[in-house]
Amino acid sequence: MSSALADVIGAARAEGRAALIAYLPVGYPDVDTSIAAMVAAVEGGADVVEIGVPYSDPGMDGPVIQEAVDVAVRAGVGMAEVLRAVTAVADAGAVPVVMSYWNPIERYGVDRFADDLAAAGGAGAITPDLIPDEAGAWLAASDRVGLDRVFLVAPSSTDARLAATVAACRGFVYAASTMGVTGSRATVGDAAERLVARTRAAAGEPPVCVGLGVSTGDQAAEVAGFADGVIVGSAYVRRLLDGHGPDGVRSLSVELAEGVRRAKVQA
Amino acid sequence: MTLSAPAPAPDVPDATASAQWPDATGHFGVFGGRFVPEALIAALDELTAAYEAMRVDPAFLDEFAALQRDYTGRPSPITEVPKFAQHCGGARVLLKREDLNHTGSHKINNVLGQALLTKRIGKTRVIAETGAGQHGVATATAAALMGLSCTVYMGEEDTRRQALNVARMRLLGAEVIPVTTGSRTLKDAINEAFRDWVTNVETTNYVFGTVAGPHPFPMMVRDFQRVIGDEARAQLLEREQRLPDVVLACVGGGSNAIGIFTAFVPDEAVRLVGLEAGGDGVDTGRHAATITGGDPGVLHGARSYLLQDDNGQTVESHSISAGLDYPGVGPEHAFLHDIGRAEYRPVTDAEAMEAFALLCRTEGIIPAIESAHALAGAMVVGRELVAQGTGGRGDEPPLLLVNLSGRGDKDVETASAWFDLADRTAPTDSDERAVEAGRGAEPGPGMDTDQRTTEGAVSNDRAVAGQDAGEQA
Repeated sequence: MSSALADVIGAARAEGRAALIAYLPVGYPDVDTSIAAMVAAVEGGADVVEIGVPYSDPGMDGPVIQEAVDVAVRAGVGMAEVLRAVTAVADAGAVPVVMSYWNPIERYGVDRFADDLAAAGGAGAITPDLIPDEAGAWLAASDRVGLDRVFLVAPSSTDARLAATVAACRGFVYAASTMGVTGSRATVGDAAERLVARTRAAAGEPPVCVGLGVSTGDQAAEVAGFADGVIVGSAYVRRLLDGHGPDGVRSLSVELAEGVRRAKVQA
Repeated sequence: MTLSAPAPAPDVPDATASAQWPDATGHFGVFGGRFVPEALIAALDELTAAYEAMRVDPAFLDEFAALQRDYTGRPSPITEVPKFAQHCGGARVLLKREDLNHTGSHKINNVLGQALLTKRIGKTRVIAETGAGQHGVATATAAALMGLSCTVYMGEEDTRRQALNVARMRLLGAEVIPVTTGSRTLKDAINEAFRDWVTNVETTNYVFGTVAGPHPFPMMVRDFQRVIGDEARAQLLEREQRLPDVVLACVGGGSNAIGIFTAFVPDEAVRLVGLEAGGDGVDTGRHAATITGGDPGVLHGARSYLLQDDNGQTVESHSISAGLDYPGVGPEHAFLHDIGRAEYRPVTDAEAMEAFALLCRTEGIIPAIESAHALAGAMVVGRELVAQGTGGRGDEPPLLLVNLSGRGDKDVETASAWFDLADRTAPTDSDERAVEAGRGAEPGPGMDTDQRTTEGAVSNDRAVAGQDAGEQA
């Protein structure tokens, strides 16, 4: 099955660089500005936009993303606005992938979500609190309409779980760089590099992108040295929380896009 | 059986009878499971494996039984409350006295088991969430006893309405962290505890307080709490030579209810009734009656019923009882509801407080407001059964077994505000809540206005005003 995410990551690799994946939640500070920020992230050089679905109980997120998402939740932002963002990102020329905790998708209806996401031009979804073991309905729906599905691996994952998770993924595998929640960190650490190597070795050499803790061009360059893609979230959201708006998001993309081109990706 | 009452009666059913669920991956029918970040799966697998080994280890079973007997004070007694029962339509009411446990509620049963498990897997720190503070106090207690470091997450809103328990936890050496995210109540405390756990999982065990959360928590907490029903069933057979007609318990997350229900699940003639917090009334939207007023979905690591909006956002719950003020419920309750084995009914704040006052005045027992929901359920169900002429055996009145899951010391401030009992010179947070609830300075229902103040500390003609008691002795 073809994969829009695998294709864009493969194209970056062909240029000898890692892909830049930008996360922004829909609805902060409001829906229109959040979509403008996503488009700005693309204009600055993001290859993929991870479009965050607001959720009241984001257990994997640190305080920066919680603060922004809380505003969107209280404003009642839901899947209709998310799908509008998906189309806007696709129109801007990047690959849109939805990032959602599981309950908003289950509430919307798994099959309805798959149909509507595909129709809006989305590549698929990243589900941080859904493990493949519980994902029967989503595996079937994403197969039916040809969507990518990205599950997470973590430094604590056993080799057996790495193999099973890689087998369930389509598009790329999301490697959580450290044990913890989203947010900037001074260093990304060796754990991420070891996890990427273990994930590639587990099964079939899948594209592996690294998230959690990356906030600067230098860190992006470091991660690009061993991963297929660099995922940045809290640093983008920080720009919006600090009032820098879509322009601040664009300039961060420029810095990060330079970073992912600095290091030569290992073939 | 593996985890049983210290003195099991011969009639206690085999534990495996109700261990037919969950399945190997933690599912109760379509409910339960694990909806958590991959980073936590290894820890949950480790916990599951260690628990499966521990539950059949004679050394653990001996240590656990000794702690329950010598430290908690088990078995807890059964108390018949005939004067309270006069308000239950003539049904007989027996209380299972979990309020008499060390630390004041059923929460200690589970915590001692999980603290032993923490030591067994070599971790040195425990974290816990707490709503009313009873689970936090129990965890802080077990941590002090076993030399573990302890951090408790508690919604900022709850730290105010349960200030006494915050002080108790700190006296016991625990760190209490007020949670200021989201609705600042139990659900947000659970989110913060999970964030701590995923960050510190190498040294830290999460001592979960109820039968919710990802597998193995619903199963493990049930197994540690089933001692309540195992004991009660044996105690009733011994003193009444019969089983109860109805077993009633309050349900927030649902640990005390699962604890008393489990032994009776195979007894199909015994009705199991869970009382949810109806707040201002389920039709007002301001309640915590998850099964009555919610829908299936995923929250805090498991599929169950929850209060949610059309976008799948968790809706804020409301209850006068901090311990029931939770928009989710354990997956086994969702399952028992869907298969028709247990029924779940709402009790409003006002109904619960009426039952609270009645038990205080008629029997000299101050219940936790949580447990007062079960008492209010007994008042309704007892009247229904007697009115229908059903439920008893022949000429005998119906026999109701109520889990008195905790004592009300922690609720004195809330009850004082509700009944306008406190001597006050300055407005307090409780006043604001009373005004918010539309009661202003008037006493809430359930307390006779002519009994509002306790005038004398002694009953003879040397009686002195309450505030002067002790001054003239």
